[in-house]
Amino acid sequence: SNPFEVKVNKQKFNILGRKTKNDVGLPGVSRSKAIKKRTQTLLKEYKEKEKSNVFKDKRFGEYNTKISPEEKMIKRFTLERQQNFGKNNIYNLNEDEELTHYGQSLAEIEKLNDIVDSDSDTEERGTLSAELTAAHFGGGGGLLRKKGSSGQEGEAEEKPKSRKELIEELIAKSKQEKQERQTQRESALELTEKLDNDWKEIQTLMVRKTPKSEKKDKEEKPKPDEYDMIVRELGFEMKAKPSDRMKTEEELAKEEQARLQKLEADRLRRMRGIDEKEEAKKKPKHISADDLADGFILDKDDRRMLSYKDGKINTENEEEEEGGNEESNENEEEGEEEDNEHEEGSEEESAAEDEEGVDEDNHSDLESDLESEEEGTGNKEPNQESNENKSQNMEEQDLKMEAARSELPYTFAVPESYEKFKSLLTGRTIEQQLIILERIQKCNHPSLAVGNKEKLEKLFGFLLEYIGELATLDLPELKTIDRLVLPLYNLCQMFPVSASDSMKFVLRDAAHDMEEMIEVKGRATFPGLDTLIYLKITSLLFPTSDFWHPVVTPTFVYMSQLLTKCRITTLQDVVKGLFICCLFLEYVSLSRRFVPELINFLLGILHISLPKKQAQGYTVVHPFTPVGKNLELLLVSDKKDLETWQKQNLPLSIVTRLKEMSRTELNHIRLSCLALCFDLTKKCAALYESLPSFHEIMHPVRILLTQHLPVSEYPEQMREWYNSALRELENKAKHYTPLVCEKKKPEPLKQYTPKIVKVLEFGRKLGGSKKEQERKRLIHKHKREFKGAIREIRKDNQFLARLQLEEIMERDAARKRKVKELLGSLATQEGEWKAMKRKKRKN
Amino acid sequence: QLPTGLYKKVLVILHDSILPYMNEPTLMIDFLTVAYGIGGAISLLALNGLFILIHQHNLEYPDFYKKLYSLLDPSIYHVKYRARFFHLADLFLSSSHLPAYLVAAFIKRLSRLALTAPPEALLMVIPFICNLFRRHPACKVLVHRPNGPEDLSEDPYIMEEKEPSESRALESSLWELQSLQNHYHPDVAQAAAVLNQSLSEIEDNISSLLELSACELFDREIKKKNADVPLEFEPVRGLFGKKNDIFTEHFTLD
Repeated sequence: SNPFEVKVNKQKFNILGRKTKNDVGLPGVSRSKAIKKRTQTLLKEYKEKEKSNVFKDKRFGEYNTKISPEEKMIKRFTLERQQNFGKNNIYNLNEDEELTHYGQSLAEIEKLNDIVDSDSDTEERGTLSAELTAAHFGGGGGLLRKKGSSGQEGEAEEKPKSRKELIEELIAKSKQEKQERQTQRESALELTEKLDNDWKEIQTLMVRKTPKSEKKDKEEKPKPDEYDMIVRELGFEMKAKPSDRMKTEEELAKEEQARLQKLEADRLRRMRGIDEKEEAKKKPKHISADDLADGFILDKDDRRMLSYKDGKINTENEEEEEGGNEESNENEEEGEEEDNEHEEGSEEESAAEDEEGVDEDNHSDLESDLESEEEGTGNKEPNQESNENKSQNMEEQDLKMEAARSELPYTFAVPESYEKFKSLLTGRTIEQQLIILERIQKCNHPSLAVGNKEKLEKLFGFLLEYIGELATLDLPELKTIDRLVLPLYNLCQMFPVSASDSMKFVLRDAAHDMEEMIEVKGRATFPGLDTLIYLKITSLLFPTSDFWHPVVTPTFVYMSQLLTKCRITTLQDVVKGLFICCLFLEYVSLSRRFVPELINFLLGILHISLPKKQAQGYTVVHPFTPVGKNLELLLVSDKKDLETWQKQNLPLSIVTRLKEMSRTELNHIRLSCLALCFDLTKKCAALYESLPSFHEIMHPVRILLTQHLPVSEYPEQMREWYNSALRELENKAKHYTPLVCEKKKPEPLKQYTPKIVKVLEFGRKLGGSKKEQERKRLIHKHKREFKGAIREIRKDNQFLARLQLEEIMERDAARKRKVKELLGSLATQEGEWKAMKRKKRKN
Repeated sequence: QLPTGLYKKVLVILHDSILPYMNEPTLMIDFLTVAYGIGGAISLLALNGLFILIHQHNLEYPDFYKKLYSLLDPSIYHVKYRARFFHLADLFLSSSHLPAYLVAAFIKRLSRLALTAPPEALLMVIPFICNLFRRHPACKVLVHRPNGPEDLSEDPYIMEEKEPSESRALESSLWELQSLQNHYHPDVAQAAAVLNQSLSEIEDNISSLLELSACELFDREIKKKNADVPLEFEPVRGLFGKKNDIFTEHFTLD
């Protein structure tokens, strides 16, 4: 083409292997292209700039270039037909298609349906029509025959009837028949009408008297409906599907065991404070060179569980500790299995009972649970006799439950406030209270209505408060609390979060009370029995072995405060303190965590049982003092009391009323406390024997036991307690291994091997990771596109400006032209006028 | 010569209300040394005034560290002036010129006493000990003794020895902190577990931990939010109905 229209991009160097696409440009062509494009798009937009109405072309396929014009036409035609289909145009005569039967339009037949369809008619008509058809169509033969016969007759009678006559006869006959039929029909109609009227008269009478007979008459109508209904029902009915087969008892037991094992494994994991998420995170990091990448990971916990069963343990620190535990754990599991069996048995029994009592069926499950649990406790007892006694007690209780059940209403709303809740329960027996709670739970199960969850969550708080109130009574109703723990546990299982919240709330209250007391008085006293009960309940509801637990950990801190801050001034304080010591031991019984306060407190208790003298070789810490007025609180010097003492279980009600007791009784309680203290010391020793500094921890206690206690004065039984505690302390091997830090992972040395980077394109630096590269690429692309867009916009503006200028020029030119024209015409006018003037003058 | 209550009151305010306004603070030397010698809480309180005299007025106190060492007894973790004492102890032991045996003796004694300490004190003293290790790397044998004797029948450290140099602390190991790794409070257990690994170079700031009280500890725990609450799976059979319940042996529900 024209070399002047070509722009060549000069290249400095020729590079082999590089493809160049922009070495030659055609500016003229590209410009004209761009202008064309703009006139098609931008110009249109510009022209329609301030016009809001739009022309829409809805013709089918008008702008679709893929369809050929013929196809387009065909499609348009079919569309048109489709649109008109179904529309009945009354003026359209051509397309009126009518279906006929027997020469009559079907529509008309349908209209007259009732009249034509009388039963006898059809037959008659059939015969008639047969005759007629015979006459009309196939009738040639028939007629001929008749003709023949008539002919024969005619031969005899001289042809009395011609063909015409014959036909007339036929017609007359048919007409007659028709008339007859009509009269018949009319009479029938009349008769039915009459019948209907009669029936209506009777109907009014019959409706009132015997609806049953009426039903019989009416059955004609509802019958098909019923049938329909049945058919539909059958159609839509849920078909019985095969479900899982019933599990055998063994399988159930196995499942239960597996569940318990899983729960136990969870508990252990939590006890060691391993975060599952962390574990999951860590796992992919440690990929050894030998990893087959088949997703098989040797799970540490599983292995632990296995070894746990075999009786071997292979974990770092807790090895020896748990050795003793295992057997007992296994025993426990077996025990639980037994329990399960018992549960099943009791369920059967209760099922049998249910059949007798109609009102019971709602509560059978819960009841059986209760029974089985109670039976379970019975079985736990090693003592057979007590077992029997207990089961008898259970039976009695069951009887009581039955009685209570029958007396109470069946539905209860969840009380709105604590006062209402309390009024609901007060004045009832234990059994009744339990049933009320049970029924409240049943009637307001969260699956039944929307708001029930919140209501039941509140119920937990109410119950807790109620228990606290029962415990603060002058005569604490501990037996009731003992039973009320069950619904509390159930509620807690249903709503763990809200239960933990209300438990925390109670704890916080107690702790803040103590804090205030310390601030005001400078020292604290032990809280009431209710708080002690709450602490105990916490251990029932939540797992105390967790490394961290939202409820249990604050409880630990609170109890530690109780043991370190509260002054011991009375015997009740001692009992309360020992109760908390028991709690501590129970809390850590599985996790075997170290509680310094516990040892301190036991040491202090032993210290106050000594006669006054300077303690040597050990130091007691707060709240106990080596010297002071509360020493000898547990010292019993009365010989007679010492002799008559029998180890007794401390009744918890001591905590609230102690004053009515005689001196001897008080002394006996003192001695019981001492025995309890010995036992706790023994349990501590058993618990902590695996701690590396066990001897240092127990050192002061041992000194006190061996050197200071007046053992010789103790009665025989006390000496036994003392000796067993001392034995547990003494026979532990001293065993120290020097500490060694865990090896630090060696940090890799910095190396000087060259860094290898993939080169994708020459002349471009490729650094960083894939992500970085991608980012750079995107940035570059964005930059380029941005520039391009700016250029385009600029050109658009230029184009528009040119357009506008052209418009203005055009307008100006038109104006000029018009002005010129006008001036011209004016000039000619003027000229003509002047010429006229001149002419006149001349004239 | 003074009643105990008054003694304490005087000593509490001595260092910031009396000593700076005296023309001759050295006059207080006798008073303070006597108070320091009494023992117990009074000694702890006298320490502060004494420190000012030593630090600013060039007092030379023979066997100061020995005396400080002998002040360490189980009550230091329980008394009200705990924060004050540990603040000063931190100052005294911050010198890098102290002999290793002395620091080791302090570490060993503090950790031995920690076996009876409440959690709030433990949370303070464990980072304290870690700081001592950082300042005196020679003491690290207490937690890391790779080529030591295999089995010992006795802790070489002598608790009753008054003289730090004779206490054989450097031959011992910190089994106490290892025991505390089993502490019931998760934070304490975690803090104690730090010694299993090699320590980082940067010292912990214990000034915020000094004043930590049990109530604050409780509040901190109870305010923690947790989405899910693990539950006890063993069904309840009554108030004392757990397996092997200790309470059934010693208490009745009467």
